[in-house]
Order: sequence, then structure tokens, then C-alpha cells
Amino acid sequence: MTIEELNENQSAELERRKTIENRISCCTAAGCISCGAERVKKSIADHIKSSGLQGKVEVSGTGCMGLCSRGPLVYSERDDVMYGEVEPEDAPALISAEPEAKQQLELKRVDLNAPFFARQRRIVLANSGRIDPESLTDYIAVGGYKALAYALTEMSPTDVIEEIKKSGLRGRGGAGYPTGLKWELVAREPSVVKYVICNADEGDPGAFMDRSLLEGDPHRVLEGMALAAYATGAQHGYVYVRGEYGLAIQRLQTAIKQAERERILGSRIFETGFQFRVDLRIGAGAFVCGEETALIASVEGKRGQPRQRPPYPPASGLWGKPTLLNNVETFANVPPIIEQGGDWFAGIGTERSKGTKVFALAGRIQNTGLIEVEMGAPLREIIFDIGGGIPDGRKFKAVQTGGPSGGCIPEELLDTPVDYESLAKIGSMMGSGGMIVMDDSSDMVDVARFFMEFCMDESCGKCIPCRAGTVQMHDILARLVKGEAKAADVELLERLCTLLRETSLCGLGQSAPNPVLTTLRYFRHEYESKIAAQEGRP
Amino acid sequence: METLAKAEAAPGAAKSNREKMLERAMSRHHYSGDALIEVLHTAQELYGFLTMDLLKTIAWKLKLPPSRVLGVATFYHFFSLEPKGEHSYVVCLGTACYVKGALGLLEVLECRCAKSGSTSPDGKVSVGSARCIGTCGLAPAVIHNGDILGRLTPEQLHAELDRIGVA
Repeated sequence: MTIEELNENQSAELERRKTIENRISCCTAAGCISCGAERVKKSIADHIKSSGLQGKVEVSGTGCMGLCSRGPLVYSERDDVMYGEVEPEDAPALISAEPEAKQQLELKRVDLNAPFFARQRRIVLANSGRIDPESLTDYIAVGGYKALAYALTEMSPTDVIEEIKKSGLRGRGGAGYPTGLKWELVAREPSVVKYVICNADEGDPGAFMDRSLLEGDPHRVLEGMALAAYATGAQHGYVYVRGEYGLAIQRLQTAIKQAERERILGSRIFETGFQFRVDLRIGAGAFVCGEETALIASVEGKRGQPRQRPPYPPASGLWGKPTLLNNVETFANVPPIIEQGGDWFAGIGTERSKGTKVFALAGRIQNTGLIEVEMGAPLREIIFDIGGGIPDGRKFKAVQTGGPSGGCIPEELLDTPVDYESLAKIGSMMGSGGMIVMDDSSDMVDVARFFMEFCMDESCGKCIPCRAGTVQMHDILARLVKGEAKAADVELLERLCTLLRETSLCGLGQSAPNPVLTTLRYFRHEYESKIAAQEGRP
Repeated sequence: METLAKAEAAPGAAKSNREKMLERAMSRHHYSGDALIEVLHTAQELYGFLTMDLLKTIAWKLKLPPSRVLGVATFYHFFSLEPKGEHSYVVCLGTACYVKGALGLLEVLECRCAKSGSTSPDGKVSVGSARCIGTCGLAPAVIHNGDILGRLTPEQLHAELDRIGVA
């Protein structure tokens, strides 16, 4: 495809859409599919056919619309209305233009002006829920691949890196390493062979941002990867996806095939000398593979065990070659930055954390779902305004961010802004973006035990502090929960926390104590009451 | 090594469909050892689980030491070296499901069928657990033969087990 053809395709599709009266989108992300979205979509398609509305009304599947708790979701473009808990029987009313029909659906209407939607700022998720992830035309219609075409013809690789540096984008996998700097490190390596890897091994329990992104807008991630490859001089890329994410894998495969057919991936992309091929690697269920050196080992077909760093992957990664490794969300941020400029992006967010962040809201919260907010938004706003607070009249107790490497944040710290530094300061971390809300029915010691059990199971066994330490810590926590622990055990627990943090080989072991440390820091009384009960004190 | 010898000795013999498909998967990756995980995925899809003979054959074909193939197959949770039951129930133990009572669901399955990670003696039900399947909106969730059962209560799970005829 040439740039002219790209533009022509876009305007042709936009022209075609003007002739259509209504376009109905059904959310067909994994959450809605599990509540029957495919049946709803089929029913709408059948009714369009039987009422002879083909060519006037269209139905398509889209990625995640966000409000997973009310799925299956359906959006009607003509009226700009979203409906929740839609059933196949609602199809006639949905495709009808009659006001009476709409009246019928009034109860299922989702208020798009509610804080859940109004307080969000969607950059990464701009297309998710708006376009059909299995259609390249849909992606091109919203301006997709324009950033890549522009960069390939108008910008040098150094310009691309400069733009990313200017934007202040930081890694969205959790650690927050400046993306532009990482790209520069890879670009500087003299090697002819280099690799770009997209880390889609989203292992944190309670996190589903990367999955939703891949299910909702796979081309965006591929475009980001291609831009990264151009900037760093790589010709080959891998997407490492969790084996559990069947739908995301399938949609990525479709997207790669479509892009290759149109010569947006492969050789001579946009009629330039740039070539880039993308392959998929399917994970096989190992949390530690989210760590970069373990992930690289897994791509090489080995056991996913981390190795000593340095050398870091930008110097020596996949098969010993310079390798750029970024998270799904990081890559998805790249096309808009190239399109609208680094300065635009740098104007969003806080001083040190730029742009937006996608979060997966889950647990004891009214509006479970996928949200995107500007960096620096206070936790309280996310949980109570966007999330709608705690259901069943219960009381908020803690919010857990960052998965098993993060911490539990209590009510008094809810005004903390969400950015890399602030979260680290209170003992948690940004992590990949899972946010689990807990109410007063949760036992915080048991929560700490739960995460420690996770780390114990997922420890790869290579280094002793993590392999043996997590078992010891889990043992103490389990005894605490059962009320069989003594005060000395808590002291030992604290010592083990320090030991693991300082001596483990990789991030898994180093951050495994975080849930224990934060619950000890903010909910110490719960630990103490368990010991008191055991010792017979009041 | 006997199996390996047999596999090599009879290239002309009629091969089952599954063998052919596994062969095709390996040839697609040019019998490269790097593709071990992909090949194991295919093998498990075709056979349901990985037998020692199967692992030895794969090691032979990809020119890898059998220890490395076994090492990889046992390292990743996804690969199973034992046959699965007719029905498989996997309880999601992600944080959202945990907060919403997934342990209660696992208890029901463990009481009525089998311990997590094993199959009931009659081969009917396999019980397992997963570390977050990413459908936190449907917590607590259980996967039954690949389909997600969302917002499940222990009562519903009992009814589900009655439906498939668990005693």
C-alpha cells in the first residue's frame, strides 16, 4: 500500500459511511462475550436482514467499551446511545428508528454523561469500543497507520526518538523507565540484527488492560511496534502473549495477516526501504515471564527464568542481539505521539508522569471495567466517581494496585495522585494497571497471604531468597490467619521482607514483600489482633 | 529411546492424523529448538496432554536433550503430563475473584470432584485453578471446557455439577 492509497481508502470508507443510516456496535471483548454478546450481535444481524435494512443499518463487533459490569454493551451511533445488559430479543428495537422502540430500551440505557465516562480521558483506548478490531478498513478510517506512513517518509529514526523523548512517555509495564531513552540505547547499538518485543504477558491477577487493548485495537499496537522498529533499526518483532488470552491471540493473528497482505508489515513498507516482520509467541502460563530476561528466554523456547543484569536487553537480549522490550500500552501510546507531537503529549499528566494510564477496576466496586485517566488523578476520584464506590452499602477498606508486586492503600491515602513517584512513595507501585478494591469484609492478613501464595507458586526457583523465602513467609502468614502465630513471627516476617527485597535476582522476588509490607504499615492492628487472640490477650 | 527408534525406523508406515499435524507444526518452524514451546502447545492441543513418549519424540525431532524438553514442559503451568477428565473446571483465583469468593467455589469442586490439579477417579471431572483469566468484570469466574461461567455462586456451581451428573 502507498500513502496515497492509505488516504484514498480512508476517504472512501468515510464516504461510504455517510450513506449508512445507523451503525450499531456490539462490544465483543472477552467480558461481554461471556455474557452472550455474540448471540446479541447475531440476532441484530439477522433482524437487519429480515427487515430488509441491509445497506442502511450495519452491525459490527468492537473491542472493550469499558463498563464491563453492565455487559453485553451495545452502542448505537445514530442516537449516540449505549445500552447495557442487552439481550438477543432487544434486536428489533435496536435497529428500529421509531421513538416507541427506543422507549422500550430506556431502562437499559447507559448514561454516557455519568462520571464513569465523563471523567475519563481516552488516548490509548480512543478506538477501543469504536472500531471493529478485525477490520483493517475500520482502523484506517480513524486515521490508523498514518503516523507510520508519516514517520517513514518525513522523519528520520532520530527524529522519531526525539519526539518520544520530548513526550516524556514512560514504560507502562510498571517500572516507568523513560521510553525514549530505552529506544535510544537500542538505536545506538551497532548490530545489524535487532529485535523489538511487545510484552503482552499480563500476569498480574486483576489486570486486563493489555488483553482488552489487544482485543479491541490490535493494529494500534502493531503500528507502535513498527514505529519502534523504524526508530531503533530492528527488522523483526515478536508479540509475547499469554496463552490464556485466546481471543487476543486470534485477533492479533488476523491483524498481522491483514497488515501483511496490504504491505503495511513485511518488506518495502509504504514503498520505502523499511522492512519489519512480526511473529507471535504464545506464553504457557508462567508469571515470571513478565520479567524481561525471563520473557526473552521464553521466546527462545527455554524455561522462563530470569538472568543476571547487566547486560540489559538493549545491549544483549534475544539471541544475544540488541532488543527493545516494551509493554502493550507503551506501544499503543506511540502512534498518537507521532501524529500529534511530543509536546502535545507532554502537556497531559503531571510533571514527571506524562499522558494517561489505563486501569482495570475490579473487586468490590460498582462499575467494574476498563478506564483511562490522566496521570495525577487522585485515587479517590477513580474509585468513588468513576468507579461508583462500594456496592451493598459496605465500607471501603483498601485498594490494591500493582498486583503481587504492589501494595494495599488505605482510605487515608486515597487523595494520593496516581503517578509513578507518588505510588512508590506510599509503598505501592503503578504496576501494569490492575486496581482491586476491597471492602470491610476483606481480612488484610489473608490478602497478604493470598499474594504470598501467588509469589510462592510463581517463583521460578532460580535464586534461593525468592524460592525459599516466599515459602517461609507464606508459612508465617498462613499461621497468622489461623491464629497460631506469635509476636516473634511478625518480627521474622519483617526481616524476611528486607532479605527478599535486597537479595532476590529479579523483580518478582524483590517486590514480593510489598503486599506484606504495606499491610503491616497500614493495617498493623489486624496482625496484632490475631496475635493477641492467640495469646489470650483482649 | 525405543520409541524414538521406532518413530525413526518407520517413516513410511501409515501415520495417524495427529502425528502428521504435529510433524507439520515442527516443519513449519524448521525443526528449530527455539520453537519448542509452540510445538508443545500444538502437541497438547492434539493429544490433550503430553506423554513421555511424545516428549521424547519431540526432543528427537528438534534435536534437543530430552531433559530440556521435560524441563520446559514441567516449568510452564499450561502443559499437562496427565490426561484430563471429560469435564474440566478451572477456578480463577485472580485477586478480583478471590475478593468475591472464588475460594468457596474451589471448595465445592474439591469436595464433590477432586483436589485442585487432579482428576476425579472416574475420569469425569478435572479441577484446576488459574491465576487470573482477565475477565474480572465477571468475578468470580470458573472456566468449564473453555467457556466462562461468570458471577457464579456456590449454589449455581452445585446445580452445574448436578447437571453434568456428578454424584
